[in-house]
Amino acid sequence: MSAAYASVPGVVETHESYGETTLDVDPARLLETCTVLRDEHGFNFLSDVSPVDYLGWGDAGVAGYIGTAGGRNLNDPSSQGLARSPEPKPKRFAVAYHLLRVSDDPARLRLRTWLDDGEPVASVVSIWPAADWFEREAYDMMGIVFEGHPNLVRILMPDDWEGHPLRKDYPIGGEPVRFSDAE
Amino acid sequence: MAVVPKKRIYEGTRIPSPIPTILEIDPSKHDLNDILRINFGPNHPSTHGVLRLVVDLDGETVAGIYAVIGYLHTGFEKNMEGKTWWKNVTYAPRVDYLSFQANELVYVLAVEKLLELEVPRRATWTRMALTELNRIHSHLIWLGTSALELGAISLLWYTFDDRDLVLDLFEMIGGTRMHTRYFQVGGLAEDVPPAFTAEARKFLDFFPGSIDEYEAILDRNAIWLERTKGIGLLSAEDALALGQSGPVLRASGVDWDLRKRTPYLFYDEVEFDVPVYENGDVYDRYKVHMDEMRESLRIVRQCLDMIDATDGEPWVADDRKVVLPPRHELHTSMESLIHHFKIVTEGYVVPEGEVYAVIESPRGENACYVVSDGGARPWRVKFRAPSFASLQATATVAQGGLVADLIAVAASLDPVMGDADR
Repeated sequence: MSAAYASVPGVVETHESYGETTLDVDPARLLETCTVLRDEHGFNFLSDVSPVDYLGWGDAGVAGYIGTAGGRNLNDPSSQGLARSPEPKPKRFAVAYHLLRVSDDPARLRLRTWLDDGEPVASVVSIWPAADWFEREAYDMMGIVFEGHPNLVRILMPDDWEGHPLRKDYPIGGEPVRFSDAE
Repeated sequence: MAVVPKKRIYEGTRIPSPIPTILEIDPSKHDLNDILRINFGPNHPSTHGVLRLVVDLDGETVAGIYAVIGYLHTGFEKNMEGKTWWKNVTYAPRVDYLSFQANELVYVLAVEKLLELEVPRRATWTRMALTELNRIHSHLIWLGTSALELGAISLLWYTFDDRDLVLDLFEMIGGTRMHTRYFQVGGLAEDVPPAFTAEARKFLDFFPGSIDEYEAILDRNAIWLERTKGIGLLSAEDALALGQSGPVLRASGVDWDLRKRTPYLFYDEVEFDVPVYENGDVYDRYKVHMDEMRESLRIVRQCLDMIDATDGEPWVADDRKVVLPPRHELHTSMESLIHHFKIVTEGYVVPEGEVYAVIESPRGENACYVVSDGGARPWRVKFRAPSFASLQATATVAQGGLVADLIAVAASLDPVMGDADR
């Protein structure tokens, strides 16, 4: 599968897992990559733009996957319920673009760019108009700045909201309770 | 590409530029002094929840429009990061409260993909039957409220009557009428009750007559025809560019249904057709919904046969690290008690990785992007909400129309605000 995308410009790394192909893309060349994927590989449908915040990823060990009677992972020492750290990520944020080819030969592809806090990435609205609200949502929820987006304002939270709720450092339960004894 | 139609609904593109979701007033067509800016919603019974439309009117014509959403934002995705994989099954259906079963399914499929868990076939057939019944339920509400938008209030009562019959089936199988939490990672929460298939068949025998009645009410109603035909046009190219899916895309002539194109569950083993219409107007969206209900009945009938045929087979995967042990074992088996305790308190762990599970929900491409760090809680859950995407087309479908048609046009995109705002 991934060999088909060998000639796509701007691809840094290719991953295959769970039957899904992920292309890690250089954020500086994202528009070039997307244009080639749309025009030459037929990815005419942008399914989703999904940002992920990896702040604190791997700071605390997590329980490994425990094997079962079915035999999965049972003999792998690192998976016997011991604390272990997940694989480190290159930067804090990942923005995943899920593409779909609506044709007789359907295919899905995930593009991923890695970004630091405050690092902008090019907007793909000019390539897939559907990106308009998806990118606004990513900005609203994660604070990712899309350069060249025609209308990058909040979409789900109120306009005067502070902070980006889906970031890992955003406090949960920050809303003060009105008319309580503490007031 | 054979999926894209030959018929051209209109030449070129009507997507507003530079902002695809905002229609700005064109000063060459409208005198700016005549423009009246009107606010629709968010609290209006005919806006399908809490959708706000800001409309610039030139007389009765829509000259500019943009949609404002977010009034129902409840932070499902943030909440789910703090709960165990196991508890989150309860959250997923509440995202889109009309196609609850579809959302439950897509989340469960995503987790199963990460766990690489085999699901018994009895569970898969039951899942298919329930998601198709849920499609009928969702389409019925769409139909009733869409007709209500154009003043046909009686249809709403009829569709809600029949919707109750579907909910009765959900109540029978899952104990609750909506948000059943009947699917769980590995299969089902309980076995299918013995009388379920018989009761469901009664509904299958009764319901085709109802669909015919609805069509008889609407298809021979001059007002309905006049107010839906040729209204709210959306071409296939624009629909694809704006991320439209499901009935909206198929009404624009694109032969695209994930159940046929990239089959999941056992959709490659059942017989059904994908209704495609090519005029891209409100009427064709209505026709797609009607035909899809008939096709769903066909699928459900085949699923029920298979549920009967697999009677006595397991309905949940035999993996005690993920699936709760049977209740009766808790009294006799120490092992089962420990497993039960561990799953309920700590939850189970899911291997590190990321997956994107996609299904065809009643509203179209419904996906769940899940990232796991190998722990007992998801690192990130992101729903690809078809309603969120479909509302992006508001500015394209409503332009140049009359304000009286506006609500009908917006409703024909079938947005559910819980889904759009999450």
